[in-house]
Amino acid sequence: MAKNDLQGTLDLLVLKTLSQVGEMHGYGIVAHIQRASDDLLRVEEGSLYPALHRMEQRGWIAADWALTETNRKAKYYKLTAAGRKRLQEEEKNFEHLVKGVRAILRYA
Amino acid sequence: MSIWTRMRNVFQGERLRQEIEEELESHVAEAVEHGRSEVEARRALGNTLRRREDSYSLRVTGWLDALREDVVFGWRQLKRNKVTSAAAVLSLALAMGACVSAFRLMDALLWRPLPVAHPDRLYALERGPSTPTSKPLVFGQWAYPNFELMREAAKGKAELLAVSNTERTDVTYVTDEETEKAYVQYVSGSMFDVFGLRPAQGRLFTAQDDRTPGAHPYAVLSYDYWKRRFGRDPKVVGKTVRLGERIFEIVGVGPETFTGTEPGTVTEIFLPTMMNRWVTRKDASWHRTLAIVNPGEPIEPLRAKMEAVSRRFERERLGGAVPKQMYESAATERVLIEPATSGASTMQQDYRNALMWLAVLVALVLLIACANVANLMTALATSRAREMALRVAIGAGRWRLIQMVLVESAMLAVLAAIGGAVFGWWSAPLVTRMISTPDYPARLILSPDWRVFGFGVALVVAVVLLFGLLPALRASAVRPVSALKGGEDTHTRRRALHGLIAVQVAFCFVVVFVAGLLVGTFRKLETRPLGFDASGLLLLETVSPHGQQPETWAQVGESLRAMPGVERVAESGWPLLSTGDWNGSISVNGGPASTDWGHFLTVSPGWLETMRLPLLAGRDFRQSDTFPGAAIVNETFVKQFLGGKEPLGAYFEKVNYLGPGQKCQIVGVVADAPYRWLREPILPVAFVPYREVDEKAVVQPESSGTFLVRMKDGDPQAMGAELRRKISHAGAGLRVSNVQTQQELLDAQIVRERLLAMLGFFFATVAVLLAGIGLYGVLNYTVLQRQKEIGIRIALGARGAKVMRLVAAEVVRMVTIGSIAGIVLGLGTARYVQSLLYGVKASDAAMLGIPVATIAIAVALAAVPAVRRALRVDPVEMLRAE
Repeated sequence: MAKNDLQGTLDLLVLKTLSQVGEMHGYGIVAHIQRASDDLLRVEEGSLYPALHRMEQRGWIAADWALTETNRKAKYYKLTAAGRKRLQEEEKNFEHLVKGVRAILRYA
Repeated sequence: MSIWTRMRNVFQGERLRQEIEEELESHVAEAVEHGRSEVEARRALGNTLRRREDSYSLRVTGWLDALREDVVFGWRQLKRNKVTSAAAVLSLALAMGACVSAFRLMDALLWRPLPVAHPDRLYALERGPSTPTSKPLVFGQWAYPNFELMREAAKGKAELLAVSNTERTDVTYVTDEETEKAYVQYVSGSMFDVFGLRPAQGRLFTAQDDRTPGAHPYAVLSYDYWKRRFGRDPKVVGKTVRLGERIFEIVGVGPETFTGTEPGTVTEIFLPTMMNRWVTRKDASWHRTLAIVNPGEPIEPLRAKMEAVSRRFERERLGGAVPKQMYESAATERVLIEPATSGASTMQQDYRNALMWLAVLVALVLLIACANVANLMTALATSRAREMALRVAIGAGRWRLIQMVLVESAMLAVLAAIGGAVFGWWSAPLVTRMISTPDYPARLILSPDWRVFGFGVALVVAVVLLFGLLPALRASAVRPVSALKGGEDTHTRRRALHGLIAVQVAFCFVVVFVAGLLVGTFRKLETRPLGFDASGLLLLETVSPHGQQPETWAQVGESLRAMPGVERVAESGWPLLSTGDWNGSISVNGGPASTDWGHFLTVSPGWLETMRLPLLAGRDFRQSDTFPGAAIVNETFVKQFLGGKEPLGAYFEKVNYLGPGQKCQIVGVVADAPYRWLREPILPVAFVPYREVDEKAVVQPESSGTFLVRMKDGDPQAMGAELRRKISHAGAGLRVSNVQTQQELLDAQIVRERLLAMLGFFFATVAVLLAGIGLYGVLNYTVLQRQKEIGIRIALGARGAKVMRLVAAEVVRMVTIGSIAGIVLGLGTARYVQSLLYGVKASDAAMLGIPVATIAIAVALAAVPAVRRALRVDPVEMLRAE
């Protein structure tokens, strides 16, 4: 998928990342997504923070300021219980989407 | 993040923005740590400001944030124009305060429902004349036997209650020596039950207390009186109180909010109607009739039934011994049922019209103040135009701009409302005090409640819309290109200002016009020729429960005359202009009984001289004269009943339906003098001797009368206490129940007119002031706007008059238009205010001339500074400033 299409799935990727790495700051989330997708997906850094703040507001992730390994202040995010539920929903939705698109592509 | 956090974030904007910036910075720092170059990292992140604002707007409540910004901006605007803002706030505060005050008064007197069960089903029965005349005379008093018949007939449809007027009466508490005054109201025993009221102490009356005349000597105190007079002493139940000859036992205290059925007075002691001395009389009308109509019951059939019962009662009462015309009018008298949700009282009737007119004046003053502020906002728009244009250029919606201006208007309005609330708080009781007379203090329950608060809020909203909406719409319609270029469409703005000036002048005219009429009315009444000398005359209303012979009264009068400072003393039944009345039909030389009433007053010999009422012919009474026997009549009596015949020596008879007539011979003629009311025309009066005899020529004892004491000079009030004591100690069983001066009686009659004149004058002054300030502001603004033009014209040779014309021409035109509109409006409203006027007509030239002159002077005064400024414009400086 091209970079722009990440809009809809950005939430899903961020939630999944946080469920896998636990607590992480914004830059780390971007780095993880890039690494874990073998460089196929690159998050537009500009749209990351609005998305993070939106999700924080909806209550899916919680934020806290902490020190990084290099003793610098950064804002760390983690998944909440509501976020876990949302993650499950999003995963299911994505499966349906993929199945549907595949079916159409295969249709002869 | 909940809505509350988002709202709170609005007020922590700085901190929030900082936090977001920090996060973005740390992102870049992290990127740098991972080996990327800073420049590249920042570019990848994108526009930091944009990112920050995106995140920020997610975390605040949008509309609240915009509101906060507008408030801050508006406050800065107001501070920049301190003087004009202060003037606007003050004038608005005054007008709004007056509005709230007027509302409180009208609510307390006219609108607030009585604190009883189902006030919406409460009605009052009134009697109207059989033929509707131009001024329907509505009479609210009923005779008790008539009431009993109506109550029986209404069973099943409505509950009828009898309540008397609240009268100031002498009462004595057995434990105290002093006689004091209390407000006493006689009410039906069933009233408390029907109204659903519970006692605060003891018990209240029941229907059982309506049984037998004179057999229920019980009293109920009102809560208010119990608190004020007895300090809520629970031991007051069981105490006794003496009224006149009777002793009553206090059985309970009423509920906290109930103060009687008459707004304007607070009842202190309730007594059962059965204990009133008129309760069995068929010919005395002394109480109101109220009705609680059962739910769903139609009013008209009930009214018709009551009317039939009442008419039958009147016909039976009069029998056949009255003039046919009188019988006819009694037999066709109409009964009206009027809603009485807020009770029924004479103060309501007297002041309803007056208060409404005051409310109209107040509303006009408010509109003038709003027009002033609208002018201010429009003038400020120039400095705001650039700001607006900028906002439009970067994408603000029209509604956003409107909101900005409205917020500023709202801030002005709220500030003014605070000042207005203080003014309204203070002024309502002040007005109440102004309509109080020593004998009948007005008491209105002016408690603050949600109605006043709701009115206040509605007023603020209305005011904001009035003066804020138009400038807001106008300001938001700005076109960025022209605004940023520096030029502006000043013509439409000026037209708006001038239109507002015309409106202000028109309203100002109406206010001054009406105020002039009211002041004129008061002056006419105040200086109405009385025919007698009212100064220095002290009146002592005296009672003697067992009655005393007229000689005893005369002796006491003599003893008063001996006191220092006293010039003359006389006795009469009651004073002139005390609204007392004794009337009867007149029959001259055995002719038919007249259809008009003649009016009578008992006076002692020497009364004419004491009153300084000139005797035009004949002689004064002698000690031996009696009634029936001799009479002294006034000129109107001669004209009305004797035609052109020689009055001295003529006989006339006072026709009585329940007995023989009383024949009198006229021994003197006096000048005309008002009898009952200052406002009514002169009535035909026959003065008869204080010495009354019955058919067997036995002299009747008198149980009440008034001593009139003319003092030599100085303050008549000062001697009052001494004279009172002299009478009490005369040992003749006489007791003074009231002391006042004749002048006080006169003043009490024109209380309402005085109130209207004072308030009218006050509001007229405020209106002229506001209009003048507004005019000054607009002229100033015009000159400032047109400085360049004026400079050029002066450079081209225009002098004095031409410059003045430039500045003032349009405004003068507006003022003229406004004045004409004001004249038309004023004459139009004159019809409705006629009932409040006396001796002045709306079409009087003088009445129209006053507002014209006032406005002309105000315009001239307001124009002088602006014109001077225009004349002093230096063309060189103007052109250099380009």
